[in-house]
Amino acid sequence: MPGPARHDSFWYPKNMPSLLEMRGIRKTFPGVVALDRVDLSVKAGEIHAVVGENGAGKSTLMKVLSGVYPHGSYEGEIHFDGALRQFSGIADSERAGIIIIHQELALVPQLSIAENIFLGNETAQHGIIDWYQAHARTQELLRKVGLREPTTALVGDLGVGKQQLVEIAKALAKEVKLLILDEPTASLNETDSDALLQLLLDLKGHGITCILISHKLNEIGKVADRVTVLRDGSTVQSFDCAAEKLSEDRIIRAMVGRAMADRYPPRHPQIGEVIFEVRDWRVHHPEHAEREFIKGVSLNVRRGEIVGIAGLMGAGRTEFAMSVFGRSWGRRISGQVLMDRREVDTRSVAKALAAGIAYATEDRKGYGLVMGEDISFNSTLSNLRAISKSGVISEGDEFRAASEYRRRLNIRSAGVHQACVNLSGGNQQKVVLANCLFAQPRLLILDEPTRGIDVGAKYEIYTLMDELARQDKGILMISSELPELLGMCDRIYVMSEGRFVAQLPRNEASQEAIMRAIVNSGESLTEAAHA
Amino acid sequence: MHDPIADMKQGSAPAPAPAGSSRWGDFVRHNLREYGMLISLLAIMVLFQWLTEGTLFQPLNLTNLLLQNSYIVIMALGMLLVIVAGHIDLSVGSVCGFIGALAAVLMVSYDWHWLPATLACVAMGAAIGAAQGWLVAYPKIPSFIVTLGGMLVFRGLSLALLQGQSIGPFPDQFEHLSSGFVTELMPGGSLRITSLVIGLIAAAALGVASLRGRAGRLRHGMEVEPYAFFLGKTLIFVACIGLFSYLLASYKGLPNVLIVMAVLIVIYDFVTRRTIVGRRIYALGGNKNAARLSGIKTERLTMLAFINMGVLAALAGLVFAARLNTATPKAGLGFELDVIAACFIGGASATGGIGKVTGAVIGAFIMGVMNNGMSILGVGIDYQQVIKGLVLLAAVYVDVYNKNK
Repeated sequence: MPGPARHDSFWYPKNMPSLLEMRGIRKTFPGVVALDRVDLSVKAGEIHAVVGENGAGKSTLMKVLSGVYPHGSYEGEIHFDGALRQFSGIADSERAGIIIIHQELALVPQLSIAENIFLGNETAQHGIIDWYQAHARTQELLRKVGLREPTTALVGDLGVGKQQLVEIAKALAKEVKLLILDEPTASLNETDSDALLQLLLDLKGHGITCILISHKLNEIGKVADRVTVLRDGSTVQSFDCAAEKLSEDRIIRAMVGRAMADRYPPRHPQIGEVIFEVRDWRVHHPEHAEREFIKGVSLNVRRGEIVGIAGLMGAGRTEFAMSVFGRSWGRRISGQVLMDRREVDTRSVAKALAAGIAYATEDRKGYGLVMGEDISFNSTLSNLRAISKSGVISEGDEFRAASEYRRRLNIRSAGVHQACVNLSGGNQQKVVLANCLFAQPRLLILDEPTRGIDVGAKYEIYTLMDELARQDKGILMISSELPELLGMCDRIYVMSEGRFVAQLPRNEASQEAIMRAIVNSGESLTEAAHA
Repeated sequence: MHDPIADMKQGSAPAPAPAGSSRWGDFVRHNLREYGMLISLLAIMVLFQWLTEGTLFQPLNLTNLLLQNSYIVIMALGMLLVIVAGHIDLSVGSVCGFIGALAAVLMVSYDWHWLPATLACVAMGAAIGAAQGWLVAYPKIPSFIVTLGGMLVFRGLSLALLQGQSIGPFPDQFEHLSSGFVTELMPGGSLRITSLVIGLIAAAALGVASLRGRAGRLRHGMEVEPYAFFLGKTLIFVACIGLFSYLLASYKGLPNVLIVMAVLIVIYDFVTRRTIVGRRIYALGGNKNAARLSGIKTERLTMLAFINMGVLAALAGLVFAARLNTATPKAGLGFELDVIAACFIGGASATGGIGKVTGAVIGAFIMGVMNNGMSILGVGIDYQQVIKGLVLLAAVYVDVYNKNK
């Protein structure tokens, strides 16, 4: 295969053919630069790892590559397989041989393996599907990926690991040249993960090039030929694993190495007694009841303290918080919740609220607000009794309460009767917080309180958190942004795969320490068990 | 509508209340949907008044119109709550017929006194609603399927109860529930004074309540509609009720059913707008997840909406049976469609969370006036259905169009 004519990347020898060259990719969304000057060069037949923090731009980059963001919606060039490509959509990039397997699998659980593999790609004549051929080819593909299941088995009956293999078989059915896997092992156990990584090496032996997006540096060390690190929407470094002995420390430093600006209000915490405590909390997955998702988590929060929970997406942070808050997630929940050292009943949201616990969701649209209703409706919903007498809401009390919170949280709107759908993300978030505060909690669980909002609104929310802590409330903050956790928290728990793998006081916490705890979690789990 | 783009801009100061004529314009645009409905109803009434050469507003016909639509209006109140909660109930027509049959069997075949029989029927309605509501709320079977099943079950049960026959007549007191009129305290003269007085008192009460509501809002510094607009609107409402009572008083007076209906409308309007349970139903239909995370027991509330629907369907069944003075196997056939159409014409959203009691009532009367007017004109039952279907589609189209604009 001849290399692209204008191949001139300086850090690779020119004689190595490169399958993919992305140059100077820049992608903006209204008000945000998601990608800026991203270069990615993938050689034919290699496994290329792309790493970076949440929000570094990995997924956006892959969406640009696969045509989800079509040509014209970004700047820069994509050369693939010897030609300049301008993909207009996923179908277009798939025709060229680029296949993405997303974190959330795109299989239809009610259909069989064979039906799934040929969905949208049916072997048909005159619109009639040739099922004999489809099953024969499926059998062959399953053998290739090492999955021993009948081709007629329903995908919904398979475990996540096997479903992953079906996805890969589906990709192979389409004559794939470049296979992109987005966090393929995030929801797999160790055995399945190892099997999957072995499969990637086998596929590489058959000449299939692979981009692996992963947070797990130990996995990358096992299979990757090269590693590209993204940070804040730009390529910061590329490593060649064959040329140099790559230490995880170097990758971590490249991932997080940014100066922390003065983006947080100064804090002078006055930390008191333990106000909130969770002991040995265990939760099973709501759909797969046999799968323990939260595995014996214990934590505490003191008066006036802001405690963070760090972790990657899928670590179980939101699930933990929601299961504590009125058992809003999961099944077969066990463990104790204590407020002021006394056990409290949090089996329903109403009881959790009554116990003094409030939860602000990470998903404003899905779980936070009734979008069509106004600020006043949404900011009082958690405590309607406070504005009513014998079941009848007092219009005046409601207006006064909503106006008071609008002023206190500085919600920018034309009044309290403006519908939430017309507010900006930051102001919507403030309404979610107003609704939580209106329940008069002593402990607030804030789940990604600054996700998707601009810097100014972030600062306002940090200030509010500090103010609440000074009023002796306890705050438990879940965030995927490490700088934010480091800037605000007095103590940080690190969560990985349903467990706390580290607890870092403010003076010991650093991005490196947190990332190290996460990427080493596989090994440290055994230590934790003995400790 | 405020300009959403301007509102979204961070840091823009709260918009000052615009003064003068632009406030009027703002106000009309804000409330176009609400008053648009009412204006449509009035336009349709005027249209048929003209087409039928004055028959529509004749006291006799007006009385009939009310009696004919009372059971639809009563059920629309319950259906509105079910739809706002994000569900649907297809079984109300069958339940209505089944309760009528049950009443006939109890009162006619078994000679029960009308009061315990009526109470038993209402209790049965609640039980039916509870059963269907439980299936929707807890095992989470889609309400469309649960109530489709209920529709068949109760249609079948009413046939079984009546053994295919009509049963009647009912005791006199029971019949009065539906076809009686408010007792005249001052007999003599062509005008039913008592009825007129009740009507005028109701009109005055409405005026006073509006004034007090506005004063309260002003006291709390809330935004209110322009004074002239408010005054005009209230006067028109008061005048309409007064005129209406006068017309009815010049025939046989206020029908008992109108009193029942009016009381129910006032109660449900109040419950949906001003009480905690009403507020929670809107939250439930608007965003079930957000409602749950705000401490609302969504399952229990869903079941409650269906129990309420069952009770109102039972009440409507009693009214309908009393009006015919017999229970027939065909009673209630197709009522569910009129009731659901009334809610959607009245601006309820099929996805839940949106809808008003007043809208559903107006929707029911739009359907009712069209039924009545077209019957007077001699339009066949075939084209009546075509026209009603098109009106439903047009009303919902206008809604969707306004929302996407």
